Formats: sequence, structure tokens, C-alpha cells
Amino acid sequence: MLRDVNTRKVMKNAFRITKHKYKTALRVRVPGGLGDPLVFRTVADIAEKFGDGRIHITTRQGFEILGIDMEDMPEVNEAIQPVIDHLDTNQEKRKAGYPASGTRNVAGCIGNKICPKAQYNTTEFAKEIEDMIFPNDLHVKIALTGCPNDCIKSVMHDFGIIGMCLPEYDQSRCVACQACVNKCKSYSVGALSIENNKIVRNHEKCIGCGECVLNCPMLAWTRSPKKYFRLVIMGRTGKKNPRIAKTWLKWVDKPAIMKIIANTYEYTAEYIDPEAPNGKEHIGYIVDRTGFEEFKKWALKDVELPERCEVVPTVYWDERKIW
Amino acid sequence: MKQIVSKEAFNEGLAKLLTEYDIYGPVRHPYRGTHSDTDKIQYQQVHSFDEMEWDEKSQFSPKSAVLPINQLLFYFVEDQWLEASETMRKILVFLRPCDLHGMKRMDEIYLNNGAPDYFYERRRKMIKFVVVGCKETYRNCFCVSMGSNVPEDYDAALNIRDDHFELDIIDEDLAVFAGREADFDIDYVTENTFSIEVPEEVDSQYLAEHDMWREFDSRCIACGRCNYVCPTCTCFDMQDIYYKENEDAGERRRVWGACMVDRYTDIAGGITFRSKYGSRMRFKAMHKIYDFRKRFGYNMCVGCGRCDDACPQYISFSETIEKVGAVMKQKLNEEDPA
Repeated sequence: MLRDVNTRKVMKNAFRITKHKYKTALRVRVPGGLGDPLVFRTVADIAEKFGDGRIHITTRQGFEILGIDMEDMPEVNEAIQPVIDHLDTNQEKRKAGYPASGTRNVAGCIGNKICPKAQYNTTEFAKEIEDMIFPNDLHVKIALTGCPNDCIKSVMHDFGIIGMCLPEYDQSRCVACQACVNKCKSYSVGALSIENNKIVRNHEKCIGCGECVLNCPMLAWTRSPKKYFRLVIMGRTGKKNPRIAKTWLKWVDKPAIMKIIANTYEYTAEYIDPEAPNGKEHIGYIVDRTGFEEFKKWALKDVELPERCEVVPTVYWDERKIW
Repeated sequence: MKQIVSKEAFNEGLAKLLTEYDIYGPVRHPYRGTHSDTDKIQYQQVHSFDEMEWDEKSQFSPKSAVLPINQLLFYFVEDQWLEASETMRKILVFLRPCDLHGMKRMDEIYLNNGAPDYFYERRRKMIKFVVVGCKETYRNCFCVSMGSNVPEDYDAALNIRDDHFELDIIDEDLAVFAGREADFDIDYVTENTFSIEVPEEVDSQYLAEHDMWREFDSRCIACGRCNYVCPTCTCFDMQDIYYKENEDAGERRRVWGACMVDRYTDIAGGITFRSKYGSRMRFKAMHKIYDFRKRFGYNMCVGCGRCDDACPQYISFSETIEKVGAVMKQKLNEEDPA
């Protein structure tokens, strides 16, 4: 029977301190939200053997296995090992469960594994980010979404990575059916017009949704093989000043995003409030305190932005009160 | 002349032909498909056999080699005009048997349907065809049902083998390959994954009023993919372009048209004849399996199945033909139950 429990260690180990004393719940990380029968079976087995049979599907695409006795935590850590191995989650010690919980599961929409609208494989990119940043105690939320529909709601994250299609036009294949013009107008931003029976694209207006490519029956419009993204930053939910993320970089690429995220961890480690409750401070609030310019200086260190990348010089967030 | 030609000798032969010919074949463009991380396969000019993609069915047919998607006809300045030039080089198109049957239908429409089309004929006489034998059927193919599976009237034909080619040269101008004589047949499929029966008796008036087309009013989105990928759709639209800098000068182009797409039946006065998508479907189907046949004695559709491959709404043209057959059968039964 457990009497003394270090709650800090319990939480760091991805177990929750619940409202029911001595009962805990395990948070299972599933980067990009893609599981398979082994993951589901293992989670189900743990819920049956150690939990009260209930499994919560979390908003960050993990599982939370409810009603576990704290006494069983070591055995649960052993039992979850096949999932950790199978999803190749970074771990410090085998059979010791998750080494951290501050940096949250990297979430992704269904992505181009099957979604016709998505511009990239969100799960693969999520996994690359997870590999780089986990384990870490810093409280960072990252979400990846395949297109500007933003089904994962990346605009409510510290980093929202939104797939962009760079449309390229082969005039010699265009038959002026105007499917692209009509779809861009009705589904998207109306960045296309027709002039002398050929299409004119307004690059400033274009949000890279890819509707022109998706709807071109001649494939006169195709997307560039190089993948581009929009990076929106410092969106958040919560009691203090919730807000929608804002675009910082448009037409940015994967290597630049990876470097910016890595840099942000260094910035956060430098500037996090040592007095913050539980040592936990959301990076958005740190940026509020240091100012955007200081964040930008750190985040862009040694980053090579693609030539066509558009940078918003100073990001201003919409501070209208929600509460 | 039938011969076995090594890969090297084949490429050497092609290099010789390239001095006189522009060569067209299907080319895969990675990442250029409709959806992200998918490919596009279209016909275009190539400079070697290796550039061609034969493992998968090309999404677009070779008709763009014969009938350019955008074809400049003439330039005009005030009351003067100047004919646009056409290639002076010969053209060699590598294609599957069904697509060669498609070319026969293109010729029928452009050369034998009244006066020959000047611009078509001008380019067509430069073109020769090399059939690439088909060993296996692809999804949605029904060439056997349409009788377009057997390669006919080619200038040359070839079978692709692991380390060599079997080459059947008919046109002596193409006999530039070093190889040894052999006997073989050009591959063709004798069975598709399904077969259909094209109805012999088609009452187009009866069908025009039949409600079988109404399902397409809502299912079809009138994108025209079925037309644009079809090796036998021959319609075009005219475009007059007035140069921005001087609107007294400009050019006339013809551009692929599509009977499924808006504006196809628009005429002066703001009248549109076939607004309903089901009616457009009927018009297209009747053209492919009825009225072309009435004029030329055989069906227009060659059963390549690209329309079914391309349709984002999962409308099957081969099943539509079967539905026409069922409606006609029912009509005959009602008229004569015996």
C-alpha cells in the first residue's frame, strides 16, 4: 500500500493526479494520432487489467487510461512498453514509462494519408518533430494540419503548421474551363481570375489551399514538388488571455520549421519564469513578457528560410477579451 | 519486318529517328497528380524510351500529340491575317492498341466527316504510330468488348521484354534498328476484368425522354474530366485573343472543348441547350455508342476506361452503357412480351 507519493514524479511520468486520491490515469502518446491494432490492443489490455475499463480519447489524440491504482504504476509502465517501442517514442529507461509530460503529444489531422485536400503527411512530420523535442518538461503544444481548413485547430497552438500548395500553371494545358477560378472563389479566397482565356493568379491573396490543382481537369495546375507550409504561432486556450495564433511565416519549409522549434526550446529555457507555479509557463506568455522581437531573434538563429518565404516582420495578436 | 532488338540497339535506333522525328510518349511526373504525393502521367515529347511510363495506364490519352490542347490557327492585325506555322518535323507517337483505335476515330471526325479539317490534316500527315503491345488489362479497361484490343494499321509495333524488344516494322522509314529477324505476335489482351454488351438497338428519341439520365443530374459535377482524358473526344472551342497592348491585333486559337462542361451549348442570345448534367451525359453516351456508329459503322468508344479512372464522382461509363442496354431491352419486352 502506497502512503508517500511524489506527485511531481508521477506527473512527469505521464500519470495524472486525479480528483480521486490514490487513483491515477495514464496518458499514452500517439504522435500525429495514428495508431494501429497493437497500440489499441495494448491500451485495451491495460484498461482491462489495471484500470476501471474506461479509456478517454484525449483532445491531443492520445489515450488516457482511467482508474489505475497508484500501486500499479510500475506494472503499467511495463505493460505500456510495447506501445512505446512500436511508436518509437524516445525513452530514457526501458519499462519505466514516459520520461516527461510537459511537451504535449504532437497532434495532426488525418493528413494526406487519405484526405484529398491535405498537402502533406501530417503523421510523418509530427513524428519527426516528436523525435526532436520529446522528452521535455517545457509546456509546448504543436499541431499539424494538412490544409487551411485546419481541422486539427492548429491556430489554438503554440506552433500551428499548415500545409500549403504552391500551384504551378502550365498554360499550354489550360482549356479555360474556369473550374479553378470558380472553386477558388466559392471555397477559398478568390485569388484567380481569367484574362484572355488564361488564368491569372494573385500570389499575395493565395493561401495555398490547392483547390485549383484539385479541381483542374487537365492538370494544367499542379503543385510544386517542394512542400511549403504556413507557420502560425502562439495561439492558446486557457484562463489567461486565450487567443488565436497569427501567421508569422508563409511559404516556409520543413527544415526551417524544425530549426525554429528547436531554437524555441532554447529560448524558453532561457526566459521561463523561475518562479512560475510548478515550473510551468506556457511559451506564449514568455513571448508576451520578452516581446516578440526577442523571441524572433532566438527563433530565427541559423535558420535558412526558403527564398519565397514571406515573413511577417512583427506579429501582433488579437487581444480582444474572450472572457 | 519482325526483329528482336536489344535495348542498346533500340535506343540507338531511336536516336537515329530523333534526327528527323519528334517522339511522343506517356511521361510520369512525380508529385504532379491531382492529390499531394500522387503522380501525373501525360503524353508529351520525349527524347528516349526510358522517359516513357508503361507500367501504369496514362491518365491522359495521346490525342494531345495529334490535336494540340491549344492550337494556334492564325494571327490577325486589322484586316490582315497570317496562318500560324505547323511543325516541319515528322512525329512518332508511341501508344497502346486502344489509343491507336482512338486515332482512327479522330481521323474519321476530322478527315472523313465532310471536308477534311485543314489544320488537323496539316499536322496529321506528319504523324506515324508505334503500338506498344498490352500484356495485361488495367482496371476499368473494356477494350475487348469494344473490339479495340487488337493492334491494327500501325506503322510499327513492339513488345517490351525484360532485356530486349520485339519490333514489328511496317513503315520502311522506321527500319533503322539493328537486330535479328524473328517471329512473334504483338501482345494484346484477350480478356478484361469485365465485359459489357453494347446494345445493337438504340432508340435515341426514346432514350432522350427516359428518366435513366436523371440520376446524373445530381451525381455528375460537370468537371469534364471524362471528356479531357478520352482518346476519342474531338470537340474544340474557339478563342479569339485581342492583345492587351493593341486590341486591333490578336490571334485565333482552338482549344479542347468538353460537352460535359458549362458553356458548351451556349449560343448567342443567352440560350443554353443542355443545362442538366444528366442530359449532357446522355448526349456524350449517345455519341460514343450510337450516333458515331450510325454514320461510320462502328462504335466511337474504345473502352480504355480512362473516363472511369478519372471521374471523381465514381460514375462508370461502362455501367452507363449497360444501363442503356437494360432500358432498351425493357422497351423491346414491353412492345413485344413474346
